[in-house]
Amino acid sequence: MKAMNIPATDSALGATLSPRDWACHPAHIDPRYKSTVLRGPQQALVPMKHALAQRNAPVYSAVQLGALDNDLTLNAVMNGAPLGERIIVTGRVLDEDGRPVRNTLVEIWQANAAGRYVHKLDQHDAPLDPNFLGAGRCITDDQGRYTFKTIKPGAYPWGNHPNAWRPNHIHLSLFGDYLASRLVTQMYFPGDPLLLLDPMYMGAPAHLRETMVSQFSLDVTQPDYALGYVFDIVLRGAKATRFE
Amino acid sequence: MNHPVTNASTTMADATGQRLLQTPSQTVGPYFAYGLTPTQYGYDFKSLFTPVLTQAHAEGEHIRITGRVFDGAGQVVSDAIVEITQPDAHGQYLQSVEDAAAKGFVGFGRCGTGTFAGNHFVFDTVKPGALSADQAPFIDVCVTMRGLLVHTFTRIYFSDEAAANAADVVLGSVPVERRATLVAKREMSNAGTVYHFDICMQGSDKGPETVFFDL
Repeated sequence: MKAMNIPATDSALGATLSPRDWACHPAHIDPRYKSTVLRGPQQALVPMKHALAQRNAPVYSAVQLGALDNDLTLNAVMNGAPLGERIIVTGRVLDEDGRPVRNTLVEIWQANAAGRYVHKLDQHDAPLDPNFLGAGRCITDDQGRYTFKTIKPGAYPWGNHPNAWRPNHIHLSLFGDYLASRLVTQMYFPGDPLLLLDPMYMGAPAHLRETMVSQFSLDVTQPDYALGYVFDIVLRGAKATRFE
Repeated sequence: MNHPVTNASTTMADATGQRLLQTPSQTVGPYFAYGLTPTQYGYDFKSLFTPVLTQAHAEGEHIRITGRVFDGAGQVVSDAIVEITQPDAHGQYLQSVEDAAAKGFVGFGRCGTGTFAGNHFVFDTVKPGALSADQAPFIDVCVTMRGLLVHTFTRIYFSDEAAANAADVVLGSVPVERRATLVAKREMSNAGTVYHFDICMQGSDKGPETVFFDL
């Protein structure tokens, strides 16, 4: 089995990771999202020289994944199909130069069609689905592409402010090639009226919010089976100093 | 000139010659457990990464690292996720899953703070070796939680490495009065060697704010 932690870009590039571009990310503390007030660091981050930050992502391998790990419509079936609208979510994981990030793990988790998480602490009064867990994972291919089959997640209320509802979304966690290319984010759906009311979505820089919204694609849509959505993801990558 | 990615376009950077902008971070939220740490939390889905990094035959000093995460009010955080990355006892990072299997050591651990007593995180690992003569041994830590819109990085150094810590270039870049937040305290117990390392997201009666790094 091939090692998964060797950056595909290293052979052609001087492997210096580009910095986290803070203009692309939310602030650590955003009072609109109340939990940030006591949890976000208040002091400035201490810069670390990139050579010292240049650690690889953890090692893992496709052989560690189950055959149904990327099919959430099947991977928790007990006695039938999960309820709700089947969807296909696919996209590419790229670095900032558009190079595919290959062999990288994509982990997802989400609410069910009724807006209920399996998590034991989610007490929202909406039904659990005995045939749906809402967790999945896959590893990107040579084009950096990942694909999931799942159920479109429902909106759900949360306690941030009166009548607060989270828009439909899927959580994603990625490593990329490096320790420092780690990304935890959320994928949203086009046309959701809750987006502009959501402090998490609105906490991202205005010019980048739409990059967190997937696009409906008829090309990805499978006839008589499921609608398709495309969601590309951009991670920090090696700085472009080409040696080839 | 950078530009945002437009989804459903697969030729973005190639077509324009422009760099793409990083996808914004969003919070991990309160309900990551069945996706990221399912085995630890008792869900019927196998964890890829666990709080145990070692098998019995892993070389080096077997240690436990434990601590808690506190918010700015001094309240323990019960829904944080802590990830650690480290080299083996010889200061070597793993190269492959075969390497990991041979060494009995996986180099990466993940632990939520929702299952252990007192909302501790608990890792069983080996004490890492130093990467080079001018660096002290350390473990990289990534911590995130509901209420964090961007994950944070910190480091664990070891209290029994005072001389090496004093010479370490990264610790040396930290204001001297804040360095202690990065040093885990070694204790011997019946169960073996335990290092204690609390993470304070902000200063409180539990301690000053932990140093977080911009990697």
